[in-house]
Amino acid sequence: MRYYKADLHIHTCLSPCAELDMTPRRIINSALGKGLHIIAISDHNSAENTEVAVRTGRDEGITVLPAMELTSQEEVHVLALFSSTENAVAMQEIIYDTLQSGSNDEHSIGYQLVVNESDEILDYNKRLLIGATSLSLGELVKNIHSFGGIAVASHIDRGHFSVISQLGFIPDDVAFDALEISCAMEFHEATSQFGSYTGIPWVTSSDAHSLGDIARRYTTFLLNEPSFDEIARAFKGKRIIRWGEE
Amino acid sequence: MLTVSGVAEKLGLKVVVQGDLSEIVSGCYVSDLLSDVMAHSKDHELWITLQTHPNIVAVASIKGISALIITNGRNPEPETIRKAEAEKVTIMMSSNTTFDLAGLLYTMMKDSQPPQAGLS
Repeated sequence: MRYYKADLHIHTCLSPCAELDMTPRRIINSALGKGLHIIAISDHNSAENTEVAVRTGRDEGITVLPAMELTSQEEVHVLALFSSTENAVAMQEIIYDTLQSGSNDEHSIGYQLVVNESDEILDYNKRLLIGATSLSLGELVKNIHSFGGIAVASHIDRGHFSVISQLGFIPDDVAFDALEISCAMEFHEATSQFGSYTGIPWVTSSDAHSLGDIARRYTTFLLNEPSFDEIARAFKGKRIIRWGEE
Repeated sequence: MLTVSGVAEKLGLKVVVQGDLSEIVSGCYVSDLLSDVMAHSKDHELWITLQTHPNIVAVASIKGISALIITNGRNPEPETIRKAEAEKVTIMMSSNTTFDLAGLLYTMMKDSQPPQAGLS
């Protein structure tokens, strides 16, 4: 076993709030340059840039997990990590069926670019990806699990779009696999504020929207190999997860 | 003294879960962020929200909310109803938007109180 550095929350140019140069290839180059071993590509309510990212990562020697940052009916953000692009895309079908209708206004909200491995634009996604789905938080997490995915409560320390900001506290019956602390909060602050949420792993990640953000926060995992299965074992308490104490 | 049943009757609210309708109403808080409601709502207030998640019952109960009002014709989740029944938290529904309902309630509460008096 050895330690692997993972940044499990990175947006690409498919997220309207991300910079346009956040293409999978540039993200991967930047992640490699910063010494990361595992990254997750997690756009808002869409997995359309994950296939190219996973493939490019394989070529370049970095593990890329297909992911999405999903929005529940209560406007809680949930990071969903999947073992394969197929599972991510299958979940995406449910998300597209339940995402609020309306189309993206590129001028006021931002472009949603689907790109290839050469940074060429393949499509402008027109869906309202910043919108909410009609799935309750519980239904959303159940769906993630039904596709073998991992459900992480996004940036629980933030005052908006977090399970705690929207719902006051983490419901007992929502089976999150981990809680994410954003880069705005130090480990000791998280311990004093969220110390009551024990028995569930904590991770931290960059939530990068620009290349410079990548790896500003990462989580270290002690794993046999840098894979989804090993990360899943870590979230079940079978591998060591560290951040903030290094 | 304004009560939950008085408000329900005057504003034509549908009572989905009946707790104690004789509870007094001292004011109202309007918010869809439960963390904000936990921080700022007061005992015996009504709470107007769009949220339908079961956590609204826990927050209402913790904060001593007299009744919850869900607007825009949204239906509480089945689990929310079940929890509210167990906790005896009143949930009412309105087809009005939050703005319209809050406006109606504000006018009603202002008329039912002397201008300078506290609302409790």
